[in-house]
Amino acid sequence: MRWTWFHRLASPPYLYALAARLTPWFAWPAALLILGGLYAGLVLAPPDYQQGEGFRIIYVHVPSAWMSLMVYVTMGVAAAVGLIWRMKIAHAVAASCAPIGASFTVVALVTGALYGKPMWGTWWEWDPRLTSELILLFLYLGFMGLRAGFDDTQRADRSGALLAIVGMVNVPIIHYSVIWWNSLHQAPSVMRFGKPAMPPAMLVPLLVLLLGFTLFFAAVLLVRVRAEILQRERATRWIGETLRA
Amino acid sequence: MTGAGMPAGATAALATGASSPENVERAPVFDAARLALSRDLTLAFRKRGQLIQPLAFFALVTMLFPLAVSPELSRLRAIAPGVLWVAALLASLLALEFLFRDDAYDGTLEQYALSGQSLTWLLFAKTVAHWLLTGLPLALMAPFAAMALGVSAAAVPGIVLVMVVGTVALSLIGAIGAALTLGMKRSGALLALLTLPLSLPVLIYGARATELAIGGSSFGAPLELLAALAVLAVTLAPLAAAAAVRISLE
Repeated sequence: MRWTWFHRLASPPYLYALAARLTPWFAWPAALLILGGLYAGLVLAPPDYQQGEGFRIIYVHVPSAWMSLMVYVTMGVAAAVGLIWRMKIAHAVAASCAPIGASFTVVALVTGALYGKPMWGTWWEWDPRLTSELILLFLYLGFMGLRAGFDDTQRADRSGALLAIVGMVNVPIIHYSVIWWNSLHQAPSVMRFGKPAMPPAMLVPLLVLLLGFTLFFAAVLLVRVRAEILQRERATRWIGETLRA
Repeated sequence: MTGAGMPAGATAALATGASSPENVERAPVFDAARLALSRDLTLAFRKRGQLIQPLAFFALVTMLFPLAVSPELSRLRAIAPGVLWVAALLASLLALEFLFRDDAYDGTLEQYALSGQSLTWLLFAKTVAHWLLTGLPLALMAPFAAMALGVSAAAVPGIVLVMVVGTVALSLIGAIGAALTLGMKRSGALLALLTLPLSLPVLIYGARATELAIGGSSFGAPLELLAALAVLAVTLAPLAAAAAVRISLE
């Protein structure tokens, strides 16, 4: 029975206990990696020859922007699992993803605006990345708004899951149409990530922070999933027994 | 519900084998879809007041810009593509609320789901009817709005063509949002929040193609991308809308 581990995940008491056990295994490495990465990025890395010290905000901006997309994909996959295999727990995971992803998106937008002030001279530039990020925030808000619109959890779960899947199909279309739109208007863009010119002293802290943010997301997700399970299963006997124990 | 007598008849016709429930011989999908389409058109023409609303809204939004920006035609011409597309997007959004609402209230959608016919095709037919009643009139009205904004008459065929293709995609994307919010009490703002982000590619390519058409240059490339979006919407949106309607009926 190779699939028993998967089926066991569908059991709320099992997942509740498993999440509690796993949380420190993600939270502590995340804390160490984020602190170490921030120290390396903010103190050890040399200032950029063009952007000076201002470039250091990428150590928060890039991991947040990366996470905002990754959380959306996680949410979409969880939603699809919930919809296809009618797994209620997967819906709980998808529902827990949304506020985390929306928060990462807000952080990416705010740090992007802060970054824009010294680099572009304005708080907001209609840069394709920032614009896509803003649209992503609206996708998250739509998902949460739709869920909040239903009193019935099951309806909220399934309708929300369908929306998450539709959104996942659309995210690349929206992203590339925004890039196409931007290429027409040729806004002068100073920001150029992804160029291989980044020296290791700058790149390594960024990668460390990417990993740290990912583990941080996993830890927060586990905590939120437990809260979600508590709320959904509040009428069951095992919750009472677990909480009394 | 004024047209309550009509849907019952049309719904019965969808399952043609109604007289002998055992050996149900279903009408072919296309016949069922055609019946659903003609039923929606008949119902709509009995309530003509509703048909004019999105068009009046479109004209009204277009009129706001000269008043808010400037009456100079040279300035208005520059923003005309954006104005037309934002107005069309908002007008089609406004019309979306009527797409499934009445049929959800009187149980027609439930009957569609139970009829044994493909719900995807029936909803596609409903959406086509909706497009014929709102999208197509919007596309035909857009040139008048454009000319009021100082666009030359030479651009009219281009504007109509782009609008026709774009509104197809808008109606189908909107159908998903309308199906997801079925049965909600106050769905207006949420419908906008769900539908507008998904409609942005249509807005981008549509406005660009219109801009090129107004400028008298070739607008083939954005129009083709717009058509690709419309084809994708025709293929996938009815499936998603049918899944959403099923969820709302559970």
